[in-house]
Amino acid sequence: MITINPCSAELPGVLGETMPFLCDGTLITLQSAIGGSVLAIALPVGLMATSRHRGVRAVARVYMEFFRGTSVLVQLFWLFYAMPLLTGFQLDKIFAGVLALGLNLGAYGSEVVRGAVRAVPRGQREAAVALNFSPFQRMRYVVLPQAFVEMVPPMNNLLIELLKATSLLSAITVADLAYEGRLLVNSGSDQLIVFALLLAIYFLLSYLITLLMRFVERRAARMVGRERPRRRAARAAEAAR
Amino acid sequence: MIWDWDWTLEILPGLLTQGLLVTLQATLGGAVLAFVLGLFVALLRRSRRPYISRPVGAISEFIRGTPLLVQLFVLYYVMPDFGVRMTALTTGIIGLGVHYASYTSEVYRAGIDGVPKGQWEAAIALNLPRRWTWIGVILPQAVRRSLPALGNYLVAIFKESPQLSVITVVDVIGLARELGSERFRYLEPMTVAGLFFLLIAIPASILIRRMERRLDT
Repeated sequence: MITINPCSAELPGVLGETMPFLCDGTLITLQSAIGGSVLAIALPVGLMATSRHRGVRAVARVYMEFFRGTSVLVQLFWLFYAMPLLTGFQLDKIFAGVLALGLNLGAYGSEVVRGAVRAVPRGQREAAVALNFSPFQRMRYVVLPQAFVEMVPPMNNLLIELLKATSLLSAITVADLAYEGRLLVNSGSDQLIVFALLLAIYFLLSYLITLLMRFVERRAARMVGRERPRRRAARAAEAAR
Repeated sequence: MIWDWDWTLEILPGLLTQGLLVTLQATLGGAVLAFVLGLFVALLRRSRRPYISRPVGAISEFIRGTPLLVQLFVLYYVMPDFGVRMTALTTGIIGLGVHYASYTSEVYRAGIDGVPKGQWEAAIALNLPRRWTWIGVILPQAVRRSLPALGNYLVAIFKESPQLSVITVVDVIGLARELGSERFRYLEPMTVAGLFFLLIAIPASILIRRMERRLDT
């Protein structure tokens, strides 16, 4: 059996010359995307924005407006170049990048969480109150599982935005995919091929995210007893046969 | 005090005029391109001929799935090989426009889908030609529905325009980097530049939210 390693240097021509570097870059890109999305798990802030207490809501709103008001690149530059002068300590560049990504996309994610939680029908909460659920139980067993299903598709878009935003880390010399690509071009590799490979890898990664999130969405929908209509129709047709 | 007020006042006029001007040029140019191109993409994706709708759809998905930064690299480094020479700013405007056209086309699509079915049926009942159904009936309603979301993308394009500084466009952020590298001190220019973005983007998005609410009712 022949196994083909897409990262090996023995691939023919330009591929062998460039792929090992691009694979290194892909790893860094994935690391920062995963780091950023872990940070961006925005559940607490999004829930804060639906709080009954005015102060809590205000804190959440300020965070969300502030980080949605500027782009990742600006925040990144500020964290990496400006903050060290102000506070006296320099962040490691990958850490600064992950922090900027997480805080920025987290603000967008909070908005998604807030919208999904508010979209849960009132009657669901009232029923939970009638059943004498505590506020925590109400959130955990009634509201969140239903809100989660609604959250998944917009979260999918956000994760793709996050993946694309990791390319900005190359501007502060993090050796991610975009950075490796530029380095290869500068050192004389065929730029058309290198950029085509870059685009292809990014697209592949965002496609993988979509596949993963579709799976998550189906599971989440099944757990609250909902199934996507198309699926159910397909299964009914199968059963009839 | 770490903050150098004298220097801040010295660099402020440059950032406000020269830098902000380039940022606004990039934003408006990119937005106009994105809004026009997006409409065409949305219409082409609805074409009844699969050899038109499929490739347009695939290209638009591809553009949406890859980073703007890499697309800018392609435009900036590869296009000259094919004999297309443009200034960095023009390249940037095209990059922003094409990238966001793939987003705005979705906005228009939702707007078109939101036009009630009765409007289509009425156009058929009146024996309106297909072209006039689009121009006179569907599009005016669809575009009106799309306006708030397009406004959001205008703000998004404004916020993402600093990416052009990576391909040597001297916008607010590009200028701030230049000024910072002169003294190797980025605190003041970067903070001022960041504040510009906040000061413009936050009121703009509040305004759009208000518009959204008005169009809803």
